Amino acid sequence: MIPGFVNIGERTNVTGSAKFRKLITDEDYEGALQVARQQVLNGAQILDINMDEGLLDSELEMRRFLRLIASEPEISRVPLMIDSSKWQVIETGLQNVQGKSIANSISLKEGEALFLEQAELIRKYGAAVVVMAFDEAGQADSEDRKFSICARSYELLTKRVGFFPSDIIFDPNIFAVATGIEEHNEYALSFINAVRRIKKAFPLVHISGGVSNISFSFRGNEIVRAAMHAVFLYHAIKAGMTMGIVNAGRLPVYNEIATELRDRIEDVFFNRGADATERLLAIANEHSGKSIQGRVEDLSWREGEVGARLKHSLVQGISEYIIEDTEEARQNSVRPLDVIEGHLMEGMREVGELFGAGKMFLPQVVKSARVMKQSVAHLTPYMEEERAKGKVVARNGGKILLATVKGDVHDIGKNIVRIVLQCNNYEVLDLGVMVPWMDILRIAQEEKVDLIGLSGLITPSLDEMRTVGRELDRASIDMPLLIGGATTSSVHTALKIAPTYNGPTIHVTDASKAVGVVSKLISDQERQGFIDEVGRQQDIIRKKHKSSSRRATKCSLAEARRNKLSVDWDSYVPPEPSSAEPEYFQQYDLVALSEYIDWTPFFQAWELAGRFPAILEDEVVGEAARNLYQDALVMLERIAEGNWLMAKAAIGFWPANSVEDDIALFSDNDREREIARFHTLRQQMKREGLRANHALSDFVAPLDSGVPDYIGGFVVTAGHNCERVVAEFESENDEYSAILVKALADRLAEAFAEHMHERVRREFWGYAPEEKFDNKSLIDELYQGIRPAPGYPACPDHTEKRTLFSILDAQNKVGTRLTENDAIMPAASVCGIYFSHPESRYFGVGKIEKDQVQSYALRKGLDLAETEKILRPILNYDDGT
Amino acid sequence: MKRNILGSAESRILLMDGAMGTMIQRQQLGDVDYRGKRFANSSADLFGANDLLNLTQPDLIKEIHLAYLEAGADILTTNTFNSNRISMSDYKLERIVKELNFEGACLARQAVNSVASESRPRFVAGTVGPTNRTASISPDVSDPAHRATNFDELRIGYREATEGLLEGGVDLLLLETVFDTLNAKAALFAFAELFEERKSSLPIMISGTITDRSGRTLTGQTVEAFWCSVRHCGPLSVGLNCSLGAKQLRPYVGELSSVADCLVSAHPNAGFPNEFGEYEETPEQTAEFLHEWAQEGLVNILGGCCGTTPAHVAAIATSVEGISPRALPERGSVLAISGLEAVSIQP
Repeated sequence: MIPGFVNIGERTNVTGSAKFRKLITDEDYEGALQVARQQVLNGAQILDINMDEGLLDSELEMRRFLRLIASEPEISRVPLMIDSSKWQVIETGLQNVQGKSIANSISLKEGEALFLEQAELIRKYGAAVVVMAFDEAGQADSEDRKFSICARSYELLTKRVGFFPSDIIFDPNIFAVATGIEEHNEYALSFINAVRRIKKAFPLVHISGGVSNISFSFRGNEIVRAAMHAVFLYHAIKAGMTMGIVNAGRLPVYNEIATELRDRIEDVFFNRGADATERLLAIANEHSGKSIQGRVEDLSWREGEVGARLKHSLVQGISEYIIEDTEEARQNSVRPLDVIEGHLMEGMREVGELFGAGKMFLPQVVKSARVMKQSVAHLTPYMEEERAKGKVVARNGGKILLATVKGDVHDIGKNIVRIVLQCNNYEVLDLGVMVPWMDILRIAQEEKVDLIGLSGLITPSLDEMRTVGRELDRASIDMPLLIGGATTSSVHTALKIAPTYNGPTIHVTDASKAVGVVSKLISDQERQGFIDEVGRQQDIIRKKHKSSSRRATKCSLAEARRNKLSVDWDSYVPPEPSSAEPEYFQQYDLVALSEYIDWTPFFQAWELAGRFPAILEDEVVGEAARNLYQDALVMLERIAEGNWLMAKAAIGFWPANSVEDDIALFSDNDREREIARFHTLRQQMKREGLRANHALSDFVAPLDSGVPDYIGGFVVTAGHNCERVVAEFESENDEYSAILVKALADRLAEAFAEHMHERVRREFWGYAPEEKFDNKSLIDELYQGIRPAPGYPACPDHTEKRTLFSILDAQNKVGTRLTENDAIMPAASVCGIYFSHPESRYFGVGKIEKDQVQSYALRKGLDLAETEKILRPILNYDDGT
Repeated sequence: MKRNILGSAESRILLMDGAMGTMIQRQQLGDVDYRGKRFANSSADLFGANDLLNLTQPDLIKEIHLAYLEAGADILTTNTFNSNRISMSDYKLERIVKELNFEGACLARQAVNSVASESRPRFVAGTVGPTNRTASISPDVSDPAHRATNFDELRIGYREATEGLLEGGVDLLLLETVFDTLNAKAALFAFAELFEERKSSLPIMISGTITDRSGRTLTGQTVEAFWCSVRHCGPLSVGLNCSLGAKQLRPYVGELSSVADCLVSAHPNAGFPNEFGEYEETPEQTAEFLHEWAQEGLVNILGGCCGTTPAHVAAIATSVEGISPRALPERGSVLAISGLEAVSIQP
């Protein structure tokens, strides 16, 4: 049951969406279905389908699109509104949907006979109906006419045709206000009053309308339009409007609209004073800037010449005027390309300089890139036209292939590098995530790229990068290879990748360094010198490594085990979890999760260093951080309101006891039927009796102690649908929002893990029911118990995730799965193991010796080589590869 | 008629008959029996054309009807499941579709008239099957917008079949084994047209079928979405038949029972077929499941589908005797619309 207001998705409408119209006229039905799918994912409860376009065969297109929708369960899940001004199209629509839809619309415009005939057919087809307040005399604009036409239609439908009142939806016509024409001043008020009267007389009917009409005279000023829609809906819903064709995902919240703007909009709607329109117009421009919250902006820069304006927009990351300014510049130029090579490159050069000088920061650069892309997108058709005529085409600085390697799904860093390179006029071929070496090799050759950049986050990706290097080498490729990503390092690159690859292999620490490295590699003058310098540096690293006593003295596994954490198990009573069966959570409330976000890593993802919230007041990055934080909060709200992401979780608890360095899980409390075993690794550093040599198994009572202990496990994700939302933004050239969504999804997943852990301690395992910490204390891990994740320092073996996924049935129940290198898909997901013992703590296993690797191989039932591959990043010896 | 049958349904759970196909199978008819004299020289393979027996073996069909009446059935369903132009094209028998329906209706009518009394009225339900094509799914994977049939073809086919049933004197129409609701809506449209032209209407029973334990129809609708999509015809009853056996069908009958504001019917198969395609559930087992449903107040009309026999119907009759039927809920005041799933919008 849906209480309150129902959103009708409006973008599968050729009259309302230029994008959708183009997809249909181009017969790109895949793309058109994607628009529909996106609407459903964004929370549309009903989809409005409209094919009324003069150049289209509307009937044919309606039939085809409805049939295509029928083959897409994700879309056909929701009811449809079949929208046309032509009866034939509506009838064809009704013949092609199995569900109960809504016919939109019929009216008394052509008299009673036709109205009754069409209504009768709609009833036979089994649909609900939208009735426009339109009669023989025309469209109703006054309150009285709106009401009387609806009342007359109601009588006819219920008495003559036999419609149920609840199957009737009235559309009493929303018209534009603030047009400068006096008669229009009453339009908003007459709609709202008519709604109230209709609902009072016929309480079971529904009332709908096309909300965007109201703000028609403010076309181009989307901020004011959105504010008008929000204010209008606020009042219309109070009066009884129950559904509307509206892009709800983009509306501000009534209370958050700047008071001045809101008041003047209401003055217009309620026709308070003859100058209401003028007063709204007077402040409308101030609100055309980026803030809905009503900061008054200095618009004096708009008075400069077009080149200066373009540069200002680029450097400031303002997209509002970019199209009109680009168009003006194009008209002033001989060729469209001149705009790019002149004004735009000039602006981006300044962005690059500011970024290099530390005066601009990554979020701002990405915003600038968004503006750049929008401008280029506007020029592209003109350039293609020129190209068709055989004129000169654009040059670019070089061609770069980027890929996240096979088995890895993390790509925020790679995407940032792409954007930064693109706005420095490099052509980037981004192959995406999980790219096998064959594809990298093939495309590098086919496309004749100038260099290749590899990215990865999880430790197995380090090995994968070596494979790519080796295979490129085998194919006699020797172009520069760039290595980047959180676990990569200059040491690993120098020691493990560079020696296997004949071309220059360069580690790039972060996105801000990428442009410098690439420009040197592409410049004929600087290239050789730079490569030689990198080679020298890597030689030094290798020599140092060889001679250094890297192999700090370790102890044997036997010694380490003797120095394990000593726990007095005899006097310990383990807490018993509340439930024996795994529990699953679908569609977890995103608003609840956002309170648990740890923001510090979010700023790190954007290469802004500092701890939250102090970072917001930081002398250097404070302003960038504040703006980013503001944008993130708005985006978070949109994500939550539109249900853009879907948070799901699995948790479970099992009777468990340690067996040496492993933890055995049982299906029964008698601990007779073992269902799984976690294998843990032990620290092997020399402790000299000061501290214990930890292994996670030490936090669980040994099987021979007879103490009935337990452990838990979890998989949480906030990444479902993320790719779709990101793709939508990318298709609108809005990389900034795309990365924002990804970074927030990651944060929500971590927040979900934090939140779930709290609930586990308080409810599900329940050993700390009275616990109450604020978010900061949670982040500082002040609570009892830990939740280490496979692949992290306390448990460096990623393959342990497989056990966890299997016992939680995570793939089926929460839709997360593991890649061949054990990265979780979707990327915004976290898993881990719960330990409750008061002494349990996080630690790093550190480097381990061959004796432990042999023992581990035996316990996991793998051969030594496989085990060494899994544990390579922590081996304290050279395994000869 | 609606008042008449509603009157009967008020005081007790009404019984439908069981399988026709299973009973015919038991006779082990040969090709010659199906053909009879009239179709002896037909070029088509007619073996298994059960509806044709209305013309070639009328006595056999009438005997089966009588056996079900004797077992206690209140509602007989005519032997016309495939008697429509689209299905009958397999046997090249399109031209006799109306006749098959008419004769099928007459046979059931005669059987009912021979036993019905004032105190114990019995009813003939004209069976309208789903056809063997679907208007919602493309048969061609490379062209998802293609359809093997469409609304108008179905509507016209259903019209013709239903005319035969009406002329043959049925009391109700039973639109059953609905796997695609768009097909069903074409049938309901045809019913409405005929009722309008004849200025008299008959009660409609609608019964859907679900494909597997996902609880959805073949074309993907949930039980509630299915109900929303057919409710406009103001049916006498809505229900589920065939598909899973009674044991697995229980939650979906429950779901329907909680949303429908008309009578609720169910006529499940006798369990799940074994590897030879045989139904093994005994009359006692089937009756036990249905007894539980009756106890829980889920249903108003019960019967059997594939694999059930007069013995099953008799056992069901005994097991639900004296149990009150499900009470009819008030019609809700929400706007209930649906895609594959239902959406209810409060006024």
